[in-house]
Amino acid sequence: MNNYHEIAEKLMSLEEAVKRFINDGSQIAIGGFTIVRNPMAIAYEIIRQGIKDIHLVCHSHGQALDVLIGAGCVKRLEIAYGGNGRYAPTCIRFKKAIQRGEIQFEDYSNYQMTLRFLAGALGVPFMLTKSGLGSDLLNNEGFPQEIRKEPKVANKKFAVMQNPFNEEDDKVVLLPALTPDVALIHAQYVGEDGTVRIKGLTFADIEQAKSADVVIVTCEEIVPRSFIRLDPDQNTLPPFFVDAIVKVPYGAHPTGCYTFYDYDPKHLNLYKKVAEDDRLFKEYLDEWVYGVSSYDEYLNKVGTENLLKIKANPVFGYAVGLDRK
Amino acid sequence: MADYTDNEMMAISAGRFVKDGDIVFAGTGLSMLAATAAKRIYAPKAVIFFETGGIDPSLEEIPMAVSDLRVMYGTCLNSGLIEAFSIVGHRRLHTIAFLGAAQIDQYGNLNTTVIGDYWRPKTRFSGSGGACDVSAFASGVITFMQHEKRRFVEKLDYLTSVGWYKGGESRRNLGLQRGGALAVVTNLCVMRFDDTTKEMYLAEYYPGITVDRIVENTGFPIDVSRAREAEPPSAEDLRILREEVDPQRLIL
Repeated sequence: MNNYHEIAEKLMSLEEAVKRFINDGSQIAIGGFTIVRNPMAIAYEIIRQGIKDIHLVCHSHGQALDVLIGAGCVKRLEIAYGGNGRYAPTCIRFKKAIQRGEIQFEDYSNYQMTLRFLAGALGVPFMLTKSGLGSDLLNNEGFPQEIRKEPKVANKKFAVMQNPFNEEDDKVVLLPALTPDVALIHAQYVGEDGTVRIKGLTFADIEQAKSADVVIVTCEEIVPRSFIRLDPDQNTLPPFFVDAIVKVPYGAHPTGCYTFYDYDPKHLNLYKKVAEDDRLFKEYLDEWVYGVSSYDEYLNKVGTENLLKIKANPVFGYAVGLDRK
Repeated sequence: MADYTDNEMMAISAGRFVKDGDIVFAGTGLSMLAATAAKRIYAPKAVIFFETGGIDPSLEEIPMAVSDLRVMYGTCLNSGLIEAFSIVGHRRLHTIAFLGAAQIDQYGNLNTTVIGDYWRPKTRFSGSGGACDVSAFASGVITFMQHEKRRFVEKLDYLTSVGWYKGGESRRNLGLQRGGALAVVTNLCVMRFDDTTKEMYLAEYYPGITVDRIVENTGFPIDVSRAREAEPPSAEDLRILREEVDPQRLIL
């Protein structure tokens, strides 16, 4: 067996990655977008380890966001969008948590959140945009004032200022940088040198990873140095941004992973049904998260037949003709 | 009895606004249908792109989310959110965005955040996503709505995305240099916005739908003096929609 000596210190299990890098109250950015490339395996492990009071920072998220909220791991949320595409236009446990007043939340837009990650990555205190002018995003502060004094929480949601380069009335919106404690990214490939390659759309994963103090990458495959360096134009992150690497095939299930597998309509429909009911949702967590001792066991439950159905056609990158109702 | 569905009429009505050369920002659901139909029927040289960063995908199957793997295939470029938003507002590009909303007001401002109190809402929705951003930056926004009185309201519970703001020149005065609400496509009609007041008016009612019914289902007064009957989709429009755009009937 290859011991991958270049990344030996970073290679670890899901259990160890969460134990070492995630604490109660951690501020966490999750990669992916709605029903694609969510870091599910690591999210399930966070739930199993009973991590509490997470401060999640997201743009548009779906399954990982919803299951973490549903399991009671999340205290605070900065978010642009909580939805699972056509499977749940609004994420169900997210919706319930807000309606019941169970979590603290702050709304932004996708572009605003992405700019906030970019500001963190660039080491500047804020970025600016015109998006938000006239919107209630700039009228309602979601977080109570006392939170605003805490580390890694901006002392206000945004600021509006006059463009200093224009003498005429010209307003811009300033958005505070985000520097999360941890970013969780699921990638298709990590090279044995630690280089990360995300295939397909990268969403805001690059900005999220570079804005964070610690980056945990779960991946489908670890590939030879000769492969990852043959075509470096395809690569996403250099090795030195990555603190933990966990090889977890199907680690984004039931969300999709381009060129490897599609999102799993059967599981997303099951989730939609159970998420509506508190008791069924608890049973779902007992069965699919607490009740499995390894990711292999989780995949066994998903079943070979289903995994073959969602297997991506390597040319198209998705499962052609998959029944997605 | 019409031989087409509400969704088919809506997709075709919205698609008619797209012109060759437009860059079309598509959301989920009906807006994917409309964008794809527009490209196949009216504007083959339009380019469809997604806020997630997929630019000009071949869309051989209908995506179920804007991040769907199907928006990554056959593209000219797979990128990310920063690149996508640099396209929406680009000064060289004419961009048309398709959005949906829970509530809309007479100036085309949209609510996709909450019904009721913001902090303890009666119903929480997904939130802005990219809607606030594209409403600020795109050259024009077309919104899909189910035509109900509780959705067409004088006062939004939450203004997520700015249309014509308070009417007249108020959008420009906010500091938004271009764009605004272009049209609202509902299951009953197509609404447009007055050039001067920026108030919504009835432009086209669908065959078989009365003007009275539209007025009754709109929660604010609307001008109906410019209304005319909409052209129904042609047999060829419907064939393309059913056989090429959404053969799996995921949205239709």
